[in-house]
Amino acid sequence: MVDVRSGIGEAVPPAEVEDVELYHPHSWWTRYVFSQDAKIIAIQYSTTAIAIGMVALVLSWLIRLQLGFPGTFELIDAERYYQFITMHGMIMVIYLLTALFLGGFGNYLIPLMVGARDMVFPYANMLSYWIYLLAVLVLAASFFAPGGPTGAGWTLYPPQAILSNTPGGRDWGIILMLSSLIIFIIGFTMGGLNYVVTVLQGRARGMTLMRMPLTVWGIITATVMALLAFPALFVACVMMLFDRLLGTSFFMPAIAEMGEQLEYGGGSPILFQHLFWFFGHPEVYIVALPAFGIVSDLISTHARKNIFGYRMMVWAIVIIGALSFVVWAHHMYVSGMNPYFGFFFATTTLIIAVPTAIKVYNWVLTLWRGDIHLTLPMLFALAFIVTFVNGGLTGLFLGNVVVDVPLSDTMFVVAHFHMVMGVAPILVIFGAIYHWYPKVTGRMLNEALGQLHFWVTFLGAYAIFFPMHYLGLVGVPRRYHELGDASFVTDSVHSLNAFISVAALIVGAAQIVFLFNLVWSLRHGREAGGNPWRATTLEWQTPETPPPHGNWGKELPVVYRWAYDYSVPGAPEDFIPQNQPAPGRMSHEAAS
Amino acid sequence: MSAPLKPSALEPLPRSSGLAGFASDWASDQRAFKNVSWGKAMMWIFLLSDTFVFGCFLIAYMSARMSTTVPWPNPSEVFALEIGGVHVPLILIAIMTFVLISSSGTMAMAVNYGYRRDRRKTAALMLLTALFGATFVGMQAFEWSKLIAEGVRPWGNPWGAAQFGSTFFMITGFHGTHVTFGVIFLLIIARKVWRGDFDTERRGFFTSRKGHYEIVEITGLYWHFVDLVWVFIFAFFYLW
Repeated sequence: MVDVRSGIGEAVPPAEVEDVELYHPHSWWTRYVFSQDAKIIAIQYSTTAIAIGMVALVLSWLIRLQLGFPGTFELIDAERYYQFITMHGMIMVIYLLTALFLGGFGNYLIPLMVGARDMVFPYANMLSYWIYLLAVLVLAASFFAPGGPTGAGWTLYPPQAILSNTPGGRDWGIILMLSSLIIFIIGFTMGGLNYVVTVLQGRARGMTLMRMPLTVWGIITATVMALLAFPALFVACVMMLFDRLLGTSFFMPAIAEMGEQLEYGGGSPILFQHLFWFFGHPEVYIVALPAFGIVSDLISTHARKNIFGYRMMVWAIVIIGALSFVVWAHHMYVSGMNPYFGFFFATTTLIIAVPTAIKVYNWVLTLWRGDIHLTLPMLFALAFIVTFVNGGLTGLFLGNVVVDVPLSDTMFVVAHFHMVMGVAPILVIFGAIYHWYPKVTGRMLNEALGQLHFWVTFLGAYAIFFPMHYLGLVGVPRRYHELGDASFVTDSVHSLNAFISVAALIVGAAQIVFLFNLVWSLRHGREAGGNPWRATTLEWQTPETPPPHGNWGKELPVVYRWAYDYSVPGAPEDFIPQNQPAPGRMSHEAAS
Repeated sequence: MSAPLKPSALEPLPRSSGLAGFASDWASDQRAFKNVSWGKAMMWIFLLSDTFVFGCFLIAYMSARMSTTVPWPNPSEVFALEIGGVHVPLILIAIMTFVLISSSGTMAMAVNYGYRRDRRKTAALMLLTALFGATFVGMQAFEWSKLIAEGVRPWGNPWGAAQFGSTFFMITGFHGTHVTFGVIFLLIIARKVWRGDFDTERRGFFTSRKGHYEIVEITGLYWHFVDLVWVFIFAFFYLW
C-alpha cells in the first residue's frame, strides 16, 4: 500500500477549521461531574458501563449455578432464571458493550486520534452521558419494581413479552425495560452525532480520512450504523409500550390466556421481529467493528509492523457495515416468514464472510515476520483473533437455512454468539484498557495481575463456551431453566454443564482481579511516561499525560503520515509519529 | 466556523479530477464536506437518523394496513367535515397541509433575511412560521378531538380495523410532537435574533458558545424536514 504513504513530503494544506473555543470549567462540579470534556465523559461512560456490567456478571453466575446444579439453589426458580438471562443479555449487549465501545472508547480516542481539542458539541456530549446514566438507572430500577425485571428474553418477542405468564409482563418489568431502551437511544443519538461530525468535520491538518487509525474507522462506522439501526428499535419499543399500556394491537394477534380471550387482535408478532432484528443484526457489528479497529492498532503497534492492507481494512469495515443492514432475517429462519426470504438472507449473510475473512488474513499477515512483543494488549489481541475465527466459523453453520433450522434455539447458538460477539469484543476491550490505561492515568497496569487475568479469562472462556457447541449438537435447548430427564440428555450433558458452571465462576472471579488491578494501579502502577508503547498515533504525542482539557496545549498537531509507520527502513527509531514531518521539511513547517 | 484563516506558506497541491478527485477531496484533511459548518452537518445527520424513525413507523403502518383481515376505514369518509350542510372530504387536512407548506415558505424567507442580518424581518418571519406551526398543531388537536368524539380509540374504532386508530394516533402524534418542538425552537431562536445575540456575539446560556445567524438556517432544515415528512404521512394516511 505504498500510495497510502505517498503523502509524505506533500504540502500540508492550510487550516480550514478555526481553532475551537472551549468551555472552561470554573468549579469542581463542572470540571469533574457535569464535565464537557470528552475524556472525562469517556471515563464516566466507562465506569457506569463497567458497574452495570458487574451486575450482568453476577447474573451470569446465577444462570450457570442453576444450569450446572439444577434444583440446588432455592433462590433461582424458573421465573427468576428467565429474569436473569433477560437482564444479562440486555445489559451486556446494550448497556455494556455498546456504551463502552462508543461512549467510552469513542469519547476518549476520537478527539485525540484525529487531533481535535474535543468533540464538536461538548454540551450535547455531556447530556448524552447523563441520559445514558438515567437509562441505566431505569433499567436497574426494574430489579426493585413489583414483579421484578422482565423475563421475556433479551429479544423481548411479543406476544409473550407482555402477557401475564412472562415475569414482568403485566407488571413493571417490561415497561421499565422498554422505557430504558428509549431513553438510551435518545442519549446515544446526542453522543453519536458528535462522534460522526467530529470525525467528518473536525480533524487536524493533514489528517485525511485515509490516514486515520483503524480504531477511528471502526468506531465511526459503528456509530453511523447505530444512528441508522437504533431507530428501528426505538419504533419497536414505542409500539410495544403502546400495546402494553394503551391496549393497541400492533404486535398482538387475537390470543387467549388462561382460557380467556384477550382484547388484542389483528397485530403481527413477525413485524416486531423484523423491526427488532433490523436493529439487532447491525448491533452485532456495532459491537464488532470498534473491536476490529482497535485490534488492528494493537497488533500493528505491538508487532512493530505496519498494518497489512490498510485500504482493504478500511473498505472491509465499511462494507461489513453496509452489508449488515441486509442480513437481519437470518435470525428469523424459524419464524414462519416466507421461505424465499431465507434464500436471500442466507446469501447476503454468507457474503459478509468475505470482507470479514479479509480482515482476519490481514491481521495474520501483519503478524507475519513481525517483531512481536507479547505484551498484555498483544496477548488479548491474539486471543481475539482465535476466538473470532471460532465464532465466525460457527456463524457459517447458522447462516445456512438447512443447517440453522435444527440448530435453532439450541446451546449451539448460545456458544456461537457468545464467542463471536461476547468473548471476542470483550477480549479487545481488555486489550484496549491495558493499552490505553497508561494514557488515561499516566501509570501502567500491573503486569503480573494482568497475566493472571489474561490466562484465566482466555482459557476459561474456552472451557465455558467450547462444550456448549457439543451440547447444542446433542440437542440441548437454550432458555430451559432445567433439562429434566429426556432421553437425549445424556450423562455427559449433565457433567459438562457442571464443568461449564465451575469454569464460569472462576472466569468471573478473574474479572475481580482485573478490577482490583484498575484501582490499585491508579496509585501504585509504574510511571508510564507519554508514549510507553512507542506508538505512532496522535494520542501518544500529547504534550502532557494524561492529556489536559483541550488536549494539545497551544498548537494543534499537524499530521504528515499515516498511522502505521513502524520499522521504516532507514528511520532512526522503529516508529515515526504521525505528526513528525519528513526530514528536510521541519524548518518550513515550523515557520508556518 | 468558516471565517477566513491564516494563509499557509504553501498552496495545496493540485488535486486529481473526476471520480478520483471527488474521492480525494472528500477524504482530504480536516473536513469531508467543505464549507459545511459543524452545526449544519450535525443537523443533516440527525435528520437522516430521524428519517429512519419515521420510515419504520410508516412501514409498520403499511404492513399493518396491508395484512389486516378486517376492512380498513375509508379515509375520505373518516376525515370529512360538514361545512354549512355540505359534506367536504379531506377539507381539514387540505387546510392543515396548506398551512404547513406555507410555513416552509416563511421559514425560507427568514433564513434569507437572517443572512442579510435584518433582525426585525428575520424575527418576524420566524414568529410567523411558529404561528403557522402552532395553528397546524391546533388543527390537529381539533381533528383528534373530533375522531375521539366519534369513538376512535387507539385500541379500536366503530368502522373496522383497530390498527387504524393505533397507527393514526401514534404517527400523527409523533409528527405533531416534532412540530411542537420546532415551534419551541423557533420561538427561542426568534427571541435571540430579536435581541441581537448574533450581532453582539452573546454567549449561549448552556453551551457558552457564540451564536451565529446560521442557526436560523439549521432550525430551517429541521422545519423543512418536518414538512416533508408530513407530505408522506398525508399521502399514505389520507390519500391511500
